[in-house]
Amino acid sequence: MTSRRAGVGLLGFVAVAALCAPVLAPNPPDVPFPDRAYAPPMHVHVLAAGGLHAPFIFAQTLHDRLMREYRDDASVRHTLHWFSRGRLVSLGDDDGPLLLLGADALGRDVFARLLYGARVSLGVAALGVAGALARGTAAGGLAGSLGGAVDLALMWMADLVVVLPGAYLVLVLRGALPLRLSTGAVFWLMAALFAASAWPHVARGVRAIVAAERARDYAEAARAAGAGPLRLIGHLLPAARGFLGVETVLLLPSLLVAEATISVLGLGFPGPSPSWGGMLQEATNVSVLAGAPWLLAPAAALCVVALAVHLAAGRPMLTSSRS
Amino acid sequence: MTSGGLATFVVRRLAAAMALVAVVSVGALLLVRLAPGDATTDLVLAHVDEATIARTRARLGLDRPFLVELGDWLAGVAHLDLGESSAFGRPVADLVGERVLKTAELASLALVLAVALGLPLGVLTGSRPGGLFASCVAPISIGILSCPPIVGAFGLMLLALGTGWLSIAPGDPVVPALALALPLAATIERVQSQATAEVLAAPGAGAAAARGLPPWRLLWVHAARQAVRPLLGVAGVIVGTLFSGSLAVEWVTSWPGLGRLLYDGIVGRDPFLVAGCALSGAVLIAAANLAGDLARGLADPRVRVS
Repeated sequence: MTSRRAGVGLLGFVAVAALCAPVLAPNPPDVPFPDRAYAPPMHVHVLAAGGLHAPFIFAQTLHDRLMREYRDDASVRHTLHWFSRGRLVSLGDDDGPLLLLGADALGRDVFARLLYGARVSLGVAALGVAGALARGTAAGGLAGSLGGAVDLALMWMADLVVVLPGAYLVLVLRGALPLRLSTGAVFWLMAALFAASAWPHVARGVRAIVAAERARDYAEAARAAGAGPLRLIGHLLPAARGFLGVETVLLLPSLLVAEATISVLGLGFPGPSPSWGGMLQEATNVSVLAGAPWLLAPAAALCVVALAVHLAAGRPMLTSSRS
Repeated sequence: MTSGGLATFVVRRLAAAMALVAVVSVGALLLVRLAPGDATTDLVLAHVDEATIARTRARLGLDRPFLVELGDWLAGVAHLDLGESSAFGRPVADLVGERVLKTAELASLALVLAVALGLPLGVLTGSRPGGLFASCVAPISIGILSCPPIVGAFGLMLLALGTGWLSIAPGDPVVPALALALPLAATIERVQSQATAEVLAAPGAGAAAARGLPPWRLLWVHAARQAVRPLLGVAGVIVGTLFSGSLAVEWVTSWPGLGRLLYDGIVGRDPFLVAGCALSGAVLIAAANLAGDLARGLADPRVRVS
């Protein structure tokens, strides 16, 4: 189906953009440029004086420091430099920073932070998905193939966690840990919390598949040939492969939303290291949002990932409850 | 299925709901206890003398062993006393009472909106899967589905600020309710559309039409009733989506709900406030899930035995 291919392509595009952030970003993500606080996005022009021109921008000047008003100086053109100093596109040394998506409160490049933030946000979400799949597969596999008291206990736990709203669960668990942590600690911790809140969805599905497979002839034959419980799980689990594939795709956007939620609340990644949620935190201030709508770029990126996932999965599903 | 079946079903679901509430509130109390620091950490950091800190801890009841604290708290809960908040210096029951109603108001408003929008649209698009209307609605639906509530809240705030079409006055539920309802409405539309198409393709629908049942009656009464079952099947997920999304939506739109209070309680290491929020939140979720289960049990007798 074409829409599925489009979804997978879109996901690939986002992944490549995140991986190639150092090349694609015109500026480093954590450098505050002086006199560029809340600078609006620069427009790339290709037409000048009625004729074609190599892509350029008009020089941006700070018109009113207090009101943070910027103007384009139509008399000064800065031509874009391609493939210079290891970056795809940038401006010359004396032309100031190229701000394709504007700047934030400290004058940092929003586009660069979006790209670098994709690494952090997609990374922590992907790690969370991996953790949830591992834990859910182990729990579901054990419950489905052993049955009895193990099954009851594990599924009781899963049912309990599954009805709790994921965002609140992650908030409470995160809040119970030290409030100020380094970026690295937050990364691993958040992935662990995501895994802890998302595993039951995986476990319930895997359990149902394994329990159904256990009754089939090949499983009976394996048991008759003397396969122990663990070996039997090894034979039964491959049946859940398709389910796990779908689950991987479905969990990703919901964990991205979870990262955004926790970071917007101020319990996510600390300031200097960019993450999509951390970037959105600034936009919760209404007056800031009104003056600098480009700060919502990470929200748009989140939508793109969610749309790609919906297209790739080929069916609608409820995302946010899974976080 | 006899009415006895339904009664057993109700009792079983009720027991599960009560277990949920108990585990969540006790777990919340324990978690705050395990968290580093407590309500007097600020005093410690301010180098207040130890006798004052000890007195404050005693007044807040933080010097008791956990089991004693838990026992006292449970005894209090039995007559609706949830203890006192150390951060606000007010009874937790008062604080939580106001906020939980605001969250419930927002969630129920969003649910009503989502069902009112999504259900009829789903029936319409499902009645002619390849038609012009369906091919117009489907892409819009998938687009809205891709806007999680947190993004919807930001986007609607921006829309309200830019155009003035929506009110963002404090206490106005339009923006938060829409942010929560729109993705949910799109989901309901998709699920209902598929289910309606399947029911209409089944032999029963053809037989009913052959016997002279008017098409509108077939679609809106007979097919809609059967097609609502898959939707009720995901009722629990819908409830989870609503509450999960409400945390971010309340934050972004400054809606004075349970989310912010819980955050204050956790960051302020306020054990009874967190436990009170967890208790009332769990009651809300358990009640919503119970309602969903009951609706499912009434609509589909097969559910009651599993």
